[in-house]
Amino acid sequence: MNETLIEVEGVTKSFVVRRRAGRFRRTREEVHAVAGLDFTVRRGEMVGYIGPNGAGKSTTVKMLTGILLPSTGRLRVAGADPVRDRVRLAQRMGVVFGQRTTLWWDLPLRDSYELARRIYRIPDATYTRNLDRCVELLELAPLLDVPVRQLSLGQRMRGDIAAALLHEPEVLYLDEPTIGLDVVSKRRVREFLARVNADLGTTVLLTTHDLTDIEQLCSRVMVIDHGRVVYDGGLDGLHEQGRSERTLVVELERELPPVELPGARVVRCEGTRQWLAFPASASAAPLVAELAARYELRDLSVREPEIEDVIARMYEEAERPVAAVPSH
Amino acid sequence: MYAAVCLRSFRRYSTYRAATGARVFTNTVFGFILSYTYLALWQVRPHLGGYDLSAALTYVWIGQGLLSVLAINDLGALSDLQTRIANGDVAVDLFRPVDQQRWWLAVDAGRAGYQLLTNALVPMLVGGLFFHLRLPQGTAAATVATWAATAVALLLALLVSYAMRHLIALTGFWLLDLRGVQLVYYLVSCFFSGFFLPITTFPPLLEAVARALPFVAVFQVPADVFLQRYDATGTLAALGVQVAWAVVLLGLGRLVQSRAVLKVVVQGG
Repeated sequence: MNETLIEVEGVTKSFVVRRRAGRFRRTREEVHAVAGLDFTVRRGEMVGYIGPNGAGKSTTVKMLTGILLPSTGRLRVAGADPVRDRVRLAQRMGVVFGQRTTLWWDLPLRDSYELARRIYRIPDATYTRNLDRCVELLELAPLLDVPVRQLSLGQRMRGDIAAALLHEPEVLYLDEPTIGLDVVSKRRVREFLARVNADLGTTVLLTTHDLTDIEQLCSRVMVIDHGRVVYDGGLDGLHEQGRSERTLVVELERELPPVELPGARVVRCEGTRQWLAFPASASAAPLVAELAARYELRDLSVREPEIEDVIARMYEEAERPVAAVPSH
Repeated sequence: MYAAVCLRSFRRYSTYRAATGARVFTNTVFGFILSYTYLALWQVRPHLGGYDLSAALTYVWIGQGLLSVLAINDLGALSDLQTRIANGDVAVDLFRPVDQQRWWLAVDAGRAGYQLLTNALVPMLVGGLFFHLRLPQGTAAATVATWAATAVALLLALLVSYAMRHLIALTGFWLLDLRGVQLVYYLVSCFFSGFFLPITTFPPLLEAVARALPFVAVFQVPADVFLQRYDATGTLAALGVQVAWAVVLLGLGRLVQSRAVLKVVVQGG
């Protein structure tokens, strides 16, 4: 399945913002929400799309779904122009916005599904099969007859995800699907998304701030900042790109000044315990051997870099001009 | 599909019984207040605007009955659209493969249907108990024809009303806060639709202005059809005016909608 589904070429989007300058005067200012995006997504891929607030993530999703017109550049989903073919493409895509709902607030969940069946003209067999699967995997059975306004956030979210999948879309856009959910609900949603991707080959573009979502679901991640893709590749590569470091925590026999060790630097001292940082790409074994030869150790452990830290460093670095972006 | 939307909307409104009760009660109370005002007025000026007392009182109760149904002084189901525009939820509506204007028309029709059965029926029955109201008269054929023409006039009135409210709601894409626009709209709508007083009671110049505006098509026309104030050709002409306004305003709505969708400013991420 190597067919390209989403093509984005040099896409920009700018908004004109009017600011008050003095009592009556207003200045026009152009804000670039997206400053030149290039990427492609193949059919069946599950791509994580991350970036800090205001980086242009939602704007990208809105352009891909055809509700925002790019200022410049070319954008194709399944070979079609999303804005011009919005209604036709809508038939082939599913969208879940974590902070918005497509469900009917005052009516039982079931009604929203029945309506989706009509809206998307879903054949009976397909509808039943998909609804059954969603009900089973998302544990919706007890919720079907509850008015949506009485559902908890986690329940509503599961309901929304099911609603977006009843018509078997080829591509699913998820904008923060796990926002505000408890651990159990998050896990259930993730397991479900993984199943959908594996069983149906649905292409998924997942926007999130929760990096665990990405770690558990996506083999590929795109990091966007200031409207540009600053990283596009596997999760492992992210560590290299972010120049992340692992940490060696040593417990010495007695309290000492910071230890001297080539290839590592002490980042923290606390009594007999010291924290040594070294590049994530380097091996810990020679360091440990060297350390044991020089000092008496009581205990030691290696900590892997937190993906959060890696990303945070990347966001900070993106403030400065970006070096090379590894191609996917 | 739109029928299913309409049905869901009907059910949705029916879940709010207390709101329905409050509206019915308010409409009924206002019916009494206006009835006594009209009684006083018609004692001084019998046949004002060409209505005899019984027709005038019927006019009052038709007005109270249809106020909610035709959403003369509110946005009806379009208040939901307005909210969704203001908070950005309208974005998710656009993901669906549906025509937004028809979608909301279906939603509004469901609302109107529900309110016809509750808000229209109850005040009119109460009014009928306390005052001598005028029902369609004449031969059986004429009566049936009047009821049928009234039904058609009501449907067209809803279309015109919807088209105008849809336009008002769409201005939200540019203005974001609509309270001012709404207030002006409600006043103009109540006044020029003949809801406060039949426009035939206006001074000639004002009446001419009112006739040239679409609001007449929303209330005065269906009321007059019911009160048999037109002959056969007059009825057809009046319905023709309604059709014309519906076509023009819905067309305008489509135009504005396509512009609005292009400039969607999605609020709140």
